[in-house]
Amino acid sequence: MSTTSGSSRRALQPGPSGWLAAPALAFFLLFAIIPLIGVLFLSFTSWDGLGEIKLDGLSSWTTVLTDPVTGNALLVTAKIMFFSFIIQAPISLLLGVFTAAGQKYRAALAVLYFVPLLLSSAAVAIAFKALLDPNFGLGAGLGLPILAQEWLGNSDLVLFVVVFVIAWQFVPFHTLIYQGGVRQIPASLYEAAQIDGAGRVQQFFNITLPQLKYTIITSSTLMVVGSLAYFDLVFVLTGGGPGYATRLLPLHMYLTGFKANDMGAASALGVILVAIGLALALLLQRLGGKNRNASQLEGA
Amino acid sequence: MESQMKNRTFRSAAMALSAAAVSISLAACGSSGPAGTAASADSATMWGLTGGNQPVLQQSVTDWNSAHPDSSIKLDFFANDAYKTKVRTAVGAGQGPTFIYGWGGGVLKSYVDAGQVDDLSGFLADNPEVKDRYLPAVLKNGVIDGKTYALPNNNVQPVVLYFNKDVFDKVGAQAPKTWDELMALVPKFKDAGIAPFSLGGQSRWPDLMWLEYLVERIGGPEVFANIAANKPDAWSDPAVTEALTKIQQLVDAGGFANGFSSIAADSNADQALLYTGKAAMILQGGWIYQGMKKDAADFVKSGKLGYTTFPTVSGGKGDATNVVGNPSNFWSLSSKATDGQKKAALDYVKSGMFSDSNIQALIDSGAVPVVKGIESKLAASPDKDFLTYVYGMAKNAPSFTLSWDQALTPAQGDPCWPTWTRSS
Repeated sequence: MSTTSGSSRRALQPGPSGWLAAPALAFFLLFAIIPLIGVLFLSFTSWDGLGEIKLDGLSSWTTVLTDPVTGNALLVTAKIMFFSFIIQAPISLLLGVFTAAGQKYRAALAVLYFVPLLLSSAAVAIAFKALLDPNFGLGAGLGLPILAQEWLGNSDLVLFVVVFVIAWQFVPFHTLIYQGGVRQIPASLYEAAQIDGAGRVQQFFNITLPQLKYTIITSSTLMVVGSLAYFDLVFVLTGGGPGYATRLLPLHMYLTGFKANDMGAASALGVILVAIGLALALLLQRLGGKNRNASQLEGA
Repeated sequence: MESQMKNRTFRSAAMALSAAAVSISLAACGSSGPAGTAASADSATMWGLTGGNQPVLQQSVTDWNSAHPDSSIKLDFFANDAYKTKVRTAVGAGQGPTFIYGWGGGVLKSYVDAGQVDDLSGFLADNPEVKDRYLPAVLKNGVIDGKTYALPNNNVQPVVLYFNKDVFDKVGAQAPKTWDELMALVPKFKDAGIAPFSLGGQSRWPDLMWLEYLVERIGGPEVFANIAANKPDAWSDPAVTEALTKIQQLVDAGGFANGFSSIAADSNADQALLYTGKAAMILQGGWIYQGMKKDAADFVKSGKLGYTTFPTVSGGKGDATNVVGNPSNFWSLSSKATDGQKKAALDYVKSGMFSDSNIQALIDSGAVPVVKGIESKLAASPDKDFLTYVYGMAKNAPSFTLSWDQALTPAQGDPCWPTWTRSS
């Protein structure tokens, strides 16, 4: 009796064996958890990358936490995160919905939209650096003085330039996610809505948006947590400048570690970065509701 | 000994860990570790910089390799900024190349302090002909605490005030000899719709050249020597304040090209302003001559490129012939290299570097090698005017101050000048 109930319970367990996760977990352990412990350790040392590693108590942490540049880096990161999100999310959502439909011209446009996705961040940054040059860039080339601004040299403008270039690079990716999400929505929902007399706009707000709830959460998580990792593009485009205007937290960590050669402080910054990233990811998962594994297609 | 070994392994492990951690949080951006260092244990490895001297160095190594079939030097090139970070990380992890390319100064000192580079004094004592070929003022930059750790390997790179003769003729101006003359030129050029000075402000290190020269002219070379020696209050010297004030006045007067802080020297956009006549002058390193020779051959050939020393400042203590810039680049020898690698490296230094063909190739590229007795070769070059000028400037300078970003140790330099972290 007990054996049959045991086996039937096992049979009821959904999904494949947990062992399938083992390779991924092993990689995660090797390349995430172990280095993380190393970084945590290094944050309590002082090390210039060449000489001896000396245990140094909390001094790296005191340096990092009292350094106004750290606060500024957090602020810049938060600003970029905010502006990136409010710009990228609506654009990618709308483009995703637009490209999900079947017409030929939309498919052709979709291909164009996805081009930036194929380019490396460094290439994008170098290209934009050349385009934004005030004397030889786009403004001079097209004869439009309005485009010949100090895009990368004006500390008030540069943040928005960075946000724009980031959006240019990442909107295609999120568009792709939304396109996939929209294509999952059963056509029967729209047919029913049409019979009920709902217009396009009503369909969008009452069917498309609610059905995309989990896609929105996924894409937003990637956007928000991803903006903690913007590095290569900003590093090449502005190097964090002018002054500290675009010195994001990851860039600050890199420059502290590999330019100022203060590995202790850089490790402390790394720990802060990981903590913020985890907290944000958890928060966004919470916002998605407890029941996030439930099907989106209930009632369809 | 064993504990030292352990310590080293531990350090490399720690370096690998932090590098790995960085690469997780920052989607890794290409570039793997130093390949090949371990693969062929006895071929010496050399990392050079892309840019003006790349073909010259490549040729010299190729020549040496074909003359030495039994050993070889493996040469890779990196962009300047990337190289500076990469080499330090690699050296710290015990994975550095046999030849460490450098600028002397504080960065070299940090390698010396960590025991990462070999003392070459013995080699120089055994090979006096190597020592004798150099201009002594340049060789001095590789000496720390009386020992030579780095040998000059290419050309002298003083910072020069370049000007466009066409533009000067158009407004009827003369090259400025004093700071007051320089300031007086600003409105003249502005009225003619020409930017007085081009400046690659986005790359930051060109900004530093102005400060370096002004501090030098106002307070003499001692002011920065005190800063480099970490003397208390050295940064508070009135010469530094006065230099910064003068720069501010020049900026306020509109001395620099519109949008100068968006202009990148890395892409040569700053020199392009000069030779296209959009800007009248530029304060830049001797190396941009090589760049302009390539990018604006006609401009240089027709003698429209003028050059002069940085103006004097009235009441200043600095000698008008004092120079700021990079005396040369240098080779240091990694102390972690194998005996075979070191042997090959020293032989290259002796017989490959500054061979007659290497010297000629440097001169042909528009550069002045840091060796003695090349006057006749310079005079035979199509670029003889500029080359002789630069050679004389370097040879006769009572003081040759190294670019600050290289002269300061990373710990001194980077926190103080976080945004000024590059020079050629």
